[in-house]
Amino acid sequence: MTIEILGISVLWLFLFGYVIVASIDFGAGFFNAQTLLTGKHHIVNTVIQRYLSPVWEITNVFLVFFFIGMVGFFPKTAYYFGTVLLIPISISIILLALRGSYYAFGTYGTKGHKGYTLMYGVTGVLIPASLTTALIVSQGGFIKETAAGTLELDYVALFTSPFAWSIIVLSLVSVLFISASFLAYYSSVAEDKGALKLFRKYTWIWSFPTLITALGIIIEMKWHNQDHFQGMLNLWWVFALSAIAFAVSLWFLKKARYGWSFIFVVLQFALAFYAYGVSRYPYLLYPNLTIYDSFTNETMAISLVVVFILGLMLLIPSLYLVFKLFIMNKPYIKKGV
Amino acid sequence: MESVEFSRYLSMLTLSVHVVFATVGVGVPLFIMVAHWLGLKRNDDHYLLMAKRWAHGYVISVAVGVVTGTAIALQLALLWPRFMEFAGQLVALPLFMETFAFFFEAIFLGIYLYTWDRFKNPKHHFYLLAPVLIGGAMSALFITSVNAFMNTPQGFAVLNGELTNISPLLAMFNPAMPTKVAHVLTSAYMTAGFILASIAAFHLVKGNRHEYHRKGLALTMKVAFVFTIATALVGDLSGKFLAEYQPEKLAAAEWHFETEGEAPLVLFGVLTETNEVKYAIKIPYALSFLVHSNFTGEVTGLNDIPEEYHPPYIIHYFFDIMVSIGIGLMLLSLVYVIGLKFNWSIIRSKVFRWGLVASGPLAMVAIEAGWWFTELGRQPWIMRGYMTTAEGATTSPYVWAMFIAFAVLYFILMVGTIVVLTRMFRKNPVENEIEKIREKGSVAV
Ligand code: HDD
Ligand code: HEM
Ligand code: HEM
Repeated sequence: MTIEILGISVLWLFLFGYVIVASIDFGAGFFNAQTLLTGKHHIVNTVIQRYLSPVWEITNVFLVFFFIGMVGFFPKTAYYFGTVLLIPISISIILLALRGSYYAFGTYGTKGHKGYTLMYGVTGVLIPASLTTALIVSQGGFIKETAAGTLELDYVALFTSPFAWSIIVLSLVSVLFISASFLAYYSSVAEDKGALKLFRKYTWIWSFPTLITALGIIIEMKWHNQDHFQGMLNLWWVFALSAIAFAVSLWFLKKARYGWSFIFVVLQFALAFYAYGVSRYPYLLYPNLTIYDSFTNETMAISLVVVFILGLMLLIPSLYLVFKLFIMNKPYIKKGV
Repeated sequence: MESVEFSRYLSMLTLSVHVVFATVGVGVPLFIMVAHWLGLKRNDDHYLLMAKRWAHGYVISVAVGVVTGTAIALQLALLWPRFMEFAGQLVALPLFMETFAFFFEAIFLGIYLYTWDRFKNPKHHFYLLAPVLIGGAMSALFITSVNAFMNTPQGFAVLNGELTNISPLLAMFNPAMPTKVAHVLTSAYMTAGFILASIAAFHLVKGNRHEYHRKGLALTMKVAFVFTIATALVGDLSGKFLAEYQPEKLAAAEWHFETEGEAPLVLFGVLTETNEVKYAIKIPYALSFLVHSNFTGEVTGLNDIPEEYHPPYIIHYFFDIMVSIGIGLMLLSLVYVIGLKFNWSIIRSKVFRWGLVASGPLAMVAIEAGWWFTELGRQPWIMRGYMTTAEGATTSPYVWAMFIAFAVLYFILMVGTIVVLTRMFRKNPVENEIEKIREKGSVAV
């Protein structure tokens, strides 16, 4: 394995971690707001509050790790993505900031205002959509060079592309699917029957749309980016495994084995995510950047890997402690102490 | 106006907002730790309650710090893509490590907060503060080393436009790093001390005579006094560093045009069209002393530096503000500490207490002034000697719109923080909490 591949694999892992934890978080916010409108808020409120408060900073750190790591391992991406993504990513930052302040002000301080809870729910859908633009742009075809030799995002092409919109839809439905699946499991641990019933229903509702949009995107890829489409075809069996994991997760859901059901949902996404990543090898940005021509120098790469390993040795025990104390701690989940 | 101007304003805005929370984030854990330790040692619930209340307020500040920190980290790539492309190859290491340090801090802070009554041995709960303190200090160390690198880049060579001989450790441990890191840390502890002191003094001014506030005031002022001295000492070293490595910054800060010995220190005043200094307070020999520790040493003047590399002369005022506040707060805390020992009644007077109330905000102003001084003083470079600010900036034409959007965002965050903090403590005054402790027999509720 070359060090370029090691680097991108580590980053892809972080991104995957972020996608999963952030989806749970975003989706929870959305359900929180949705039930507020449909009058079922009291059913889900405790489960959501109890899970969300201690972990939101950890979620945020995954994102920071990802892009600091990206700039570290592949400094050229800072130039390309930094130049063209000013507006979409600034919007994401602002939404993330509003969301972070909900925790700061709502959870630690005083009880949240109703409008604030709704705003918080809405950011849960808008953030995935705005962050996804980075991924869409990386597929190529949306960056144009101006006469002066600078780069610009082609907004018209972006907003009129069905391909781009399908990816945004996929990001939304998967957020809701992953989140519902996790919260169903969480409420089953908390032995909260009402919440469990609701989240089980939401998991069913959002499962098939996820599968269908994902398939749709693979097909659209044929017209959008022939190379990448070919790469995906070569890995058809991994996508097939992902579909099987999807079926297994629903089977477990039916059998009321919520923990296993959630694990297979994660597995489904992991397989598809990695297959998608591998199939675009070696491109970071079609057709301008590959992992080889944007790579940092060897010395920096090695020192980053070393620091990464040392850092993990410090963090994994601490994360384990958090997990034991808050996330997987039955008395805490039930009572909140 | 051009993108580069707005990029500068937006960086300025985001960093100036972030540094408020970052300073609190680095500094306050020290005070929580001291209070908690005193509480355990003297078996005094007042100190334990102090640690607990400070920690609760602290969390809100950290949360907003995370939000604004995430904004800067992304904005570095959005506003300065060329710079990040270049610097990413050299200083990605400390940037990466900062994230780890912060993560470490946040995890243990979370655990500390929610586990007041979970440990059999209360000392174990206290030990959780060590990683919080260390994590905050390391965060500051790593990020400041990146900023130091922008001032004195090293650890690489440029050969035919290609970077070679790269050494991430040399880049991190550059000449500006020791003084900068030390000054940032000491000033953060000092500022956090004065801020907490302000709050205690405010309650006393308002006629609250509770022992809790007096204990808090005495504790914070004593520690802040120590760090005020440390900050001034390291500040002096920073001046010596500048004279050697960034003479243009020091000369501009001092409006020092002719290279000469026996140079005076110039405070305030105005600069005429012909670069003459008027109405200033001049302390004879002091600049030579600051630079060389003797009264005759020669100090490089601006006339020996090409005009296009002169930083804006306005940094003189920022330097003056920082130094005046530093000396003022040193005197204030000195009087307080001595007065406490000899039981002077002046330190209980209303005027003096209002002075204490002002100390926290003033210290924060000094922090801002210090950063504006050092960052403006680096102009026109973004990376001194290698890349100008204009070369590093984005070409996107929409930076102005983002500037407005972020300004609104920070306004909301600032107002929100203030409202939430005051409401939180108002709803839950110390007297009630002490009453509760009496009933339950423990601080942990
Ligand atoms: C409470 C805040 C505070 C106080 C009272 C002082 N400083 Fe300061 N100073 C800072 C807070 C600060 C800072 C915000 O931390 C800076 C900005 C950048 C940096 O490295 O530290 C800084 C920078 C800074 C620099 C520029 C370093 C560089 O560009 O590399 C010098 C020369 C001094 N200071 C000198 C002093 C002196 C002689 C002081 C005498 C009392 C002093 N400072 C008080
Ligand atoms: C947190 C305290 C800080 C404050 C208040 C601050 C303040 C400022 C100000 C006022 C400017 C505008 C200068 C100008 O363009 O005229 C600026 C620019 C900038 N700062 Fe800082 N700064 C801080 C720390 C840092 C650190 C730690 C870094 C590096 C990681 C950094 C990186 C930059 C960059 C890249 C620019 C834009 C380029 C430039 O204008 O030279 N700053 N900052
Ligand atoms: C010298 C100036 C700075 C100091 C002392 C400092 C310190 C801190 C501290 C203590 C925190 C934790 C939040 C808190 O406790 O309030 C924090 C958060 C953060 N800071 Fe700063 N910071 C500085 C400048 C910067 C700059 C220039 C960047 C951008 C590269 C940055 C990036 C971040 C990020 C990304 C976070 C959020 C942590 C996360 O979610 O991973 N900071 N900073």
